[in-house]
Amino acid sequence: MKSITKQKPFDEVKQQLDRFDRVCIVGCGTCATMTKTGGREEVLNMKEHLQELGKLVTGWTVIPTACDEMTEGALNLIQGIQNANCILVMACALGVHKVNLYIDKPVIPALDTLFIGVEDSPGYFHEVCAQCGQCVLGETAGICPLTACHKGLLNGPCGGTNNGKCEVDKEKDCAWTLIYQRLKEQGRLDLMHKYHPPKNYQVVPRPRVIKLV
Amino acid sequence: MISKFRQVLNSGKFVVTSEIGPPKGTNIEKMLHHIDLLKDKVDALNVTDHQSSVMRFPSIGGCLAIKEQGGEPILQMTCRDRNRLALQAELLLAYTRGIRNVLCLTGDAIPVGDHKEAKGVFDLDSVQLLRAIRQMEAGKDLGGNELDGTIEFCAGAIVTPEARPIEPQLIKFEKKVEAGAEFFQTQAVYDLDNFAKFMQYARQFSVKILAGIVLLSSASMAKYMTENVPGIFVPKYLIDELASAPRGEALNKGKEIAGRMVATLKKESICDGVHIMAIRREEVVPDILAIAGL
Ligand code: SF4
Ligand code: SF4
Repeated sequence: MKSITKQKPFDEVKQQLDRFDRVCIVGCGTCATMTKTGGREEVLNMKEHLQELGKLVTGWTVIPTACDEMTEGALNLIQGIQNANCILVMACALGVHKVNLYIDKPVIPALDTLFIGVEDSPGYFHEVCAQCGQCVLGETAGICPLTACHKGLLNGPCGGTNNGKCEVDKEKDCAWTLIYQRLKEQGRLDLMHKYHPPKNYQVVPRPRVIKLV
Repeated sequence: MISKFRQVLNSGKFVVTSEIGPPKGTNIEKMLHHIDLLKDKVDALNVTDHQSSVMRFPSIGGCLAIKEQGGEPILQMTCRDRNRLALQAELLLAYTRGIRNVLCLTGDAIPVGDHKEAKGVFDLDSVQLLRAIRQMEAGKDLGGNELDGTIEFCAGAIVTPEARPIEPQLIKFEKKVEAGAEFFQTQAVYDLDNFAKFMQYARQFSVKILAGIVLLSSASMAKYMTENVPGIFVPKYLIDELASAPRGEALNKGKEIAGRMVATLKKESICDGVHIMAIRREEVVPDILAIAGL
């Protein structure tokens, strides 16, 4: 599982940093490094860009896993963090959340968190699960209709499906054609005839908090 | 008061429906004119629901206008823009205003339309919406609560006989039948031999099938649809026929093709009726019917 992120347009970062002149940058050594959005190289690049803007970069680091418990300790070790008047986080929103928890200074995200996904081939990522709380993969040949179908349909393809592609994008596969093909190969096509009632969108109502055992 | 349209469907007569596309804005003059022109020439008139995800005057508004003018409306309801509360509420409203026919659709995707950043809802899908109608007719809403006054609709759905691959589409068709669809209006069909094969399959279910007839206005439009619209295939001989029309005559040729298809479907009793879509050219529908001898 990886948190897939994209760098925000630099203008947006710039605008968010408008009122701060001393910045400390925090990257992440896990997902954001793999997506090349918040690893060492990207953090150093950002540092340069901010300096060109006339900002003082008081310190920087790449935390091994920003969403982890260890983040608190790692933040304390950054030289110059006290001197900053804001923290620019180049990690996914989970990392931003952690940093925000441990530090009293304003925290600014430099990345947009897109989805939880996997890497198919270098540089290509796709979403596999939207954490809906009621998994149907057992009946859909392991392909998630909520995530892979543009409309999140539960009872089969819409009329927009076209030679195995989705109506929103000729480059994207129609999830329901994939589900159909796979179920057929597995001799389980009867599952496609099964009626799925309206989905429960409140399995864990937002804000999602749960105590397990 | 039961659905007049359902009575026609069950009468054994060759059924003709057409559709009205509401305006983008409050200028409803043209829509009213189209309704006036068509209401007595067809058995019922659909009103599209933000077709192609383009924001417009609502389907229910068009249906009310049809009622006011004494016509028989079919309310198109997509699942794209409303959650289950809003869909049920609209069914209640429609029923109290004398609307008795609903066509249940999933709805086009948001990104194909003109509000590309909107949130697509799809809380229900077309099969679930059909079942919701039947459940409400039995007196309960989707939350399982008792209704104070129920609804009754002649409910229909759509099917794409030329979808590729076809089998998943047919499975969904069967799920719609099981969910209580009484009639189907199909996506545009042009290859009548293919369509006759689909009908052989569909005849095993006790539902009425109205073949979708979309007016071809030029050879380039026909080509465009074949290449870009999912589930639409215009055979080459029809494209050639359109291209062979003299300058300025392509539209007439298109009307002739549509009229001829309607006549064949009726004469050979291939299906139970037709649904004529003349997208933004509603005024030519009477010509198509005249050519078809209807
Ligand atoms: S159905 Fe899809 S979104 Fe829901 S838990 Fe399973 S994989 Fe995740
Ligand atoms: S084309 Fe397939 S993936 Fe796309 S919205 Fe329709 S059913 Fe879903």
